[in-house]
This record gives sequence, structure tokens and C-alpha cells, in this order.
Amino acid sequence: MKEINLTELEAAFQSKLDREIRIEPNDWMPADYRKTLIRQISQHAHSEIVGMLPEGNWITRAPNLRRKAVLLAKVQDEAGHGLYLYSAVETLGADREETIDDLHSGKAKYSSIFNYPTVSWADMGAIGWLVDGAAIMNQVPLCRCSYGPYARAMVRVCKEESFHQRQGFEIISKLALGTPEQKEMAQDALNRWWWPALMMFGPNDADSPHTQQSMNWKIKRSTNDELRQLFIDVTVPQAELIGLTIPDPDLKWNQETGHYEIGTINWDEFWAVVSGNGPCNRERVAARKKAKEDGMWVREAALAHAEKRKARQAS
Amino acid sequence: MSQKEWPLWEVFIRSKQGLNHKHVGSLRAADAEMAIENARDVYTRRSEGVSIWVVESNRIFASDPTEADALFEPAHSKVYRHPTFYDVPDGISHM
Ligand SMILES: [Fe+2]
Ligand SMILES: [Fe+2]
Repeated sequence: MKEINLTELEAAFQSKLDREIRIEPNDWMPADYRKTLIRQISQHAHSEIVGMLPEGNWITRAPNLRRKAVLLAKVQDEAGHGLYLYSAVETLGADREETIDDLHSGKAKYSSIFNYPTVSWADMGAIGWLVDGAAIMNQVPLCRCSYGPYARAMVRVCKEESFHQRQGFEIISKLALGTPEQKEMAQDALNRWWWPALMMFGPNDADSPHTQQSMNWKIKRSTNDELRQLFIDVTVPQAELIGLTIPDPDLKWNQETGHYEIGTINWDEFWAVVSGNGPCNRERVAARKKAKEDGMWVREAALAHAEKRKARQAS
Repeated sequence: MSQKEWPLWEVFIRSKQGLNHKHVGSLRAADAEMAIENARDVYTRRSEGVSIWVVESNRIFASDPTEADALFEPAHSKVYRHPTFYDVPDGISHM
């Protein structure tokens, strides 16, 4: 290999970013860029996987076969999203099992939204509509992320997400337009999921120190507050249309800016959940650990079988 | 709690007859058969494919990106390989 010094490598890297040329796995990249991506992509993967738990809770209790088939397909997609992302993180030289162990030890985070319980069927509607809706807002700009494998994984994910949001909206609107009891269920779900959904975009820009660096690296294309505003602006009219009330007395339309303004987000709650003290944090991580430990013998047996067969074929 | 990992496989999908297999991503599986079954579940849930290839990732040899210039430069200087290099006089058609 040619001798190239660090300054030249950094200049070549920056020039690719400037020209919107994607960075691919074998290309040289700054150590911090790699580290940031490993952290972000593995946490994204964990969110997809842990995200299956709150919805998995309702698969056996879906109100009819159609709803059950749809929810099952939706949850299976989330497993797929996790797998695309673990593959992407492996292209950066990270060890897949190590990143999973980091989730289990509490070192790695995942989206705090999945630490809330799903107490009624209406929550399946609220999750698809709001949580997948917010995920779409976050993920669409990531399709243009500077790191090729992450961007390509996001293209696949985004194609699948709109089904998720629509099936959720179908559930919630069916309830909202149903009997008074059903409407009450839908409103209750919206009341519980609205604020946590807004928190999914992360802290306000002023309190998000890594945003600028990620924007410079073109990993991130929009700030947390920009995406949150976009989500609010499209979601408020959807709630109105099905006769539900956004649980925010300070919510108002600003004619001049053309945007909705909201009350204050409870960031204390957000940080409490992020640091492990949400309603379901322990339960979620325990479920993931149990799945890994209980399945261990199956994975070991499959490998032993494959190795034995290989040896037999070789002899 | 780590363990011995299943090998990594690269997955290639032919989306329909008449097209090449195209790289779509990777996955872990104990053997080739399981890799194909997993690839079916992970990469073709919406009829994205009619055929799957899997190859163990460590069997792939790649060109070195830092030598891309040297490797591909010879093609850049041979513009005469493209039809647009040539002037076709007015009045000549079907060429
Ligand atoms: Fe997802
Ligand atoms: Fe989703």
C-alpha cells in the first residue's frame, strides 16, 4: 500500500463528504467518525429489537385474525430492521455479539419510547401512528447519511415503515370513530404516547452537543428540533381529523411561522427514562437477556452440527 | 457473555428472471442452508427475489480503495472507447 499521511487522508475524506460521495466500509475514515457510527447504528439496531417487545405483548390478544396477522408481520419487520442494522454495524469492524452484550449490560442505550408499557389494544394503534410516524421522520434523512451501508439499510427500512404507520392509524381511527368507550380508549392511548413520542427526537438542539459534529459529517441531516417540529405539524391535523385531542393545553397554531407551538416537554422524565428509570427499563433488558441465554444452546448446537457436517464432507 | 459466533454471509438476490444477482447485505448463519433460509426471511419478505446466493464473507477478495486511482486510471484516458468520441458527419444515419 502507498504511504499516505494523516492530513492527506483527512482531506480526501472531507472532499468525499463535500461532493456527497458515500463512505464505504474499506475506505479510510477518522476514528471518531467510525466510533460515532458504531454507537449510533448499534443503538438504532437495539431500538428495533427492543421495540418488538411492547407490541409482541399484544400479538396473542389481537381482537381478530386480520389484526393479528398484520401485527405479526409488523413485528417481524422490526426484527428485520434490527438485522439490517447489526449487519451495517459489522461493516465498521464492530463485533455483533459485543454490541448486544453492551445492550444487556446497560452500557448501550436504545430509544426510550420502548420503556413505556402497552396497557390496552389502542396502544397498538398509537405506537404505529405516533412511534413509527416519528421513526419515519428520523429515518428518512438517514437514507442520505454519508455512510453507505447505513444509508442503504435505511432505504429498506423506510420502504417498510409506511405500512407500520398506516396499520397503526387504521387501528386508532377505527377506535376513535367507534363507540364512546372505544373513543375513550383511543384518547387515553394518545394521552400516554404523545409526549414520549415527541421525546423520541432527542433533547433540544441547545442541549444536544453531538449534533453539530454529526451534521458536519453528514451522518445527521436535520436537527432534533427541526424533525420534531415536522412531526408535530403533520400529526396535529391527523388527530383533529379523527376527533382526538392532543394532550397539550398550550398547543396553538402560529399563523406567522406556519407552525404549531407546543407546551414544555418534561425533560426530567426523558432523562429519567434514558438513565434506566422508566416504567419498563428493567423488564425490557431482562427479556432480551433471557432470549439470548435461553437460545444459546440452540445456536451452539447448530454450529456444532454445521462443523461436524463440514468435517464429514472433507474426509 | 460472548460465545463463538456463527460465520458472516454476504447475500445476493436476483429480483426477477433476466436480472443479475445483486448484493443486498449480510447476515449470520451456522451453514449455507441456514444462510439461505435466513436471507429469505430477512431480505425477501415482500417478494424482492426469485433466487438467492450466499457466500461466506471471508471468501470475498476486494480491491484496495487506496489503490482505486491506479487501478481505474487506465480506463479514464481511453475516451476513444466511447462512441461519443467520434464525429459523425451530417447526413450519415443508422450509425
Ligand atoms: Fe423499524
Ligand atoms: Fe416500524
